Amino acid sequence: MTAEVASDALAENEDRPRRIAASLHPADRVFRMGTLGVGVFVLLLVGAIGVFLGLQLIPTVHLYGWHFFTQERWQPGTKTSGISAAVVGTIEVAVIALAVAFPLALSTALYITEIASPRARTWLIALVDLMAAVPSIVYGAWGAFELEPHARDLARWLSSYLGFLPIFKVDADPHAAVWEKSRFTSSVFIAGLTVAMMVTPLACAVMRGAFAQAPIGEREASLALGATRWGMVRTVVLPFGRGGIIGGTMLGLGRALGETVAVLLIIAPAFNIKFRILQTGAITVSSLIANFFGEATGGQLKALLAAGFVLFVMTLAVNTVAGIVVTRSRSGSATEI
Amino acid sequence: MSIPSQARYDFQPHVSPSRGPTDLRIVDDSPRRINSRSLDDRLSWYGSAFGSLGLTYVLYERILPFGGFVGFVVLYQVIKLALFAGVTAWSHPRPIVTDRLATAALGLGARVVFSSLAWTIGFVVWRGWNSMHHVSFYTHDMAGILPQSPVNQGGILHAVLGSGIELGIATLITLPLGILTAVYMTEVGGRLALVVRTVIEAMTALPDLLAGLFVYTILIIGLGLDRSGLAAALALAITMLPLIARSAEVALRVVPGGLREAGVALGSTQWRTVLQVVLPTAAPGLATALILAVARAVGETAPVLITSGASTFTNINPLHNPMNSLPLYIYAGLRSGEPNNIARSFGAAVLLLLVVVVFFVLIRLVASRSIKSR
Repeated sequence: MTAEVASDALAENEDRPRRIAASLHPADRVFRMGTLGVGVFVLLLVGAIGVFLGLQLIPTVHLYGWHFFTQERWQPGTKTSGISAAVVGTIEVAVIALAVAFPLALSTALYITEIASPRARTWLIALVDLMAAVPSIVYGAWGAFELEPHARDLARWLSSYLGFLPIFKVDADPHAAVWEKSRFTSSVFIAGLTVAMMVTPLACAVMRGAFAQAPIGEREASLALGATRWGMVRTVVLPFGRGGIIGGTMLGLGRALGETVAVLLIIAPAFNIKFRILQTGAITVSSLIANFFGEATGGQLKALLAAGFVLFVMTLAVNTVAGIVVTRSRSGSATEI
Repeated sequence: MSIPSQARYDFQPHVSPSRGPTDLRIVDDSPRRINSRSLDDRLSWYGSAFGSLGLTYVLYERILPFGGFVGFVVLYQVIKLALFAGVTAWSHPRPIVTDRLATAALGLGARVVFSSLAWTIGFVVWRGWNSMHHVSFYTHDMAGILPQSPVNQGGILHAVLGSGIELGIATLITLPLGILTAVYMTEVGGRLALVVRTVIEAMTALPDLLAGLFVYTILIIGLGLDRSGLAAALALAITMLPLIARSAEVALRVVPGGLREAGVALGSTQWRTVLQVVLPTAAPGLATALILAVARAVGETAPVLITSGASTFTNINPLHNPMNSLPLYIYAGLRSGEPNNIARSFGAAVLLLLVVVVFFVLIRLVASRSIKSR
C-alpha cells in the first residue's frame, strides 16, 4: 500500500529520470581516443585499398574506352585490351567448381550431422576443417600433376559421348587412334575440379553448422510421426538449414572466383570467350593479373588494377548476399561464416 | 528392426532433479541400440556390392567400349546403389527404399570428399619423399644449385627463413592493429564502429592476389622500392588484418558483460577493465584468431608471388633484395618444369602441409583449453 502511495506521489512530482552524466576518467578518455584512432586508421587503410582499386577504373576507361569491358583480348602495348574473356573464364571456373562441390559438400555435411556416429563426427569435422586449411598451392600442385591425366581421360570420354552438347565439344577427333591429349589439358574443366577441392570444405562447414542446429524437438516429432531418417532430413533438417545451404554455397562461390594459384598452375592462357569447358586454354581475372603484372607499365597496370576491382566487386557482391541469406534464415542467428 | 529406428542422436537422456526419491531409476545404464542393422539389411548391402562388382566387370571390361580405373569405380558405385535399391524394394515399402538409397548416397558423397583429401595429401607426400628425406634439404638454400641438380643438393632453408621473417613482420603489424580494432568495435562502439565492422567484413572478400597487387603498385612501382620481404610482409598483413580483426571481435564479444560491469563497479576505469578482465578472459579466443590468420597466411602464394621475387640465396634482410618463401618456392619449382626442381617443390609442399597441421592442432588445443577453463 505504502509503496503505491509513494510511487503515486513521485509520479505527480517528477517522473523524469535522474540525470546520470558521469564524466569519463582521463585515462578512459585516452583509451577511447586511442582505440578510436586505431579503428579509424584500419578503416582508412582497408577502405583505401577498395577505393584505390575502384579509382583505377577512371583512367582505364579513359585509355581503353568502354570496350575494356567487352574486348576479349589482352594485348600488352596496344589500346584495345579488354577483360570480357577473363570475366567469363572466372565465372566458368567458379560454376564448374560449384557444380562439383555443391553435391559433395551437401552430402558430406548431412553425413556428418545425420549418419556418422558421435565419435566419428568429431573426427570428420576436424578433417573438413583441415581440408579447408590446406593451402591452395598444394591443391594446385595436385591438380596440375596428378588430377590432370585422369581428368583428361574423363574429358575425352565426355566429349566423345556427350560431344553433341556444345559445352562438351572439343576441336579434336575423340575417336582418333592416337588422340590429341594436348587438346584436353589445361582446360577450365580441370581448373574447376581443382578449385572444387578448396570450395567443398568451406561450403560443407557452413552447411554442417546450420544442419547441426535443427531443433531436436522437430526431428523427434517427425520421427514419431513415422518418418524414416531420410524423411526427417527432407522435412526438417533441409528446410531448417536452407539458409546455410545457400550461404555456404555462395561463400564457396566467392572463394572460387578469387582463386589464383591453382588456376595459374593449370590453365593455359587463351583470350577468347568460349563455352567449351573441356578444351584447352582459358583465362581468369586473377590469372590474367598474375600473368601480366610483371611487364605492365603505367596505363596497363591501372587496367590490371581495374580488372582486379571488377573481380573484387564480384566476390564482394557474392559474399554480401551470402551473409544476408545466412543471417536472415532460421538457422542463421548463430551460424558463423 | 523397426522402421524409423535408424535415427541416432547423441542427446543426453534427461533425469530431472525435481523428482522425488521414490522415483525408480533404471539401473541398467547401457544404451539401447537404435542403429542396428538386421541380417537382412547387411546381406542385401554386401550382396549388392558383390553383384555390382561382377556386373561392372562384365559390362565395363567386356561389353562397353570404355576403360580406366575411374570409370570402373563410378560404374561400380552406380550399379551397387541400383542393385541395393532393387533388393530393398522386394521386401520393404517405398519410403524405406528411398531412405536406404539416400543414406547410401550421402555416405558415398562423404567418402568421395575424404578420399580426395587423402589422395591429395598422399600424392604430395609420395612425390615429396624423394627430396625431403635428405637432411641437406633443410640445411641448404638454392644458391649455386641448378634447377636440374640432383635432389640431394639444394634445399629450402632460404624459403623457410623467408616465410618466417615475412610472417613475423606481418604478425607484428596486424596483431596490435587487429586486436585494438576489435577492442574498439566491442568495447567503445558507436556508429563509426559499425562502419569499421562493415568495411572489415567487406575486405575479407578481397581476393588475396589484390592485396599483393596493391602493395606492388604503391610500394614497388609508386615508391620505387625493391621487391623485398617487407613488401611481401605488408601484402600478407593486408590479407591477415581483416581476418584477425573479425575473429578477435567474435572472441571479445563472447566475454560476458557481467565481467565488465563487475570491473567498473569495483571502481576500475574502463581501460583497466579491458586490460585486466576482458582481454585475459578472451585470451584463448584471441590466440585462436592469431593462429588462424597465420595458418592462412603461411600458405598464401598470390600476394608473395607479386611482391617478393623468388631468390635462390638466403636473405634475412627484409628491406633489400628478393626474399623467397615456402609457397613461392613451391610455385617457382613447379613452374620450372625440371623434374628435380619439381621434386624439391613437393618436398617443400609436404613441409608446408606439416606447418599447417601444426597450427591446426594448436588451434584445437587452445580452443579445448578455453572450453575447459569455463
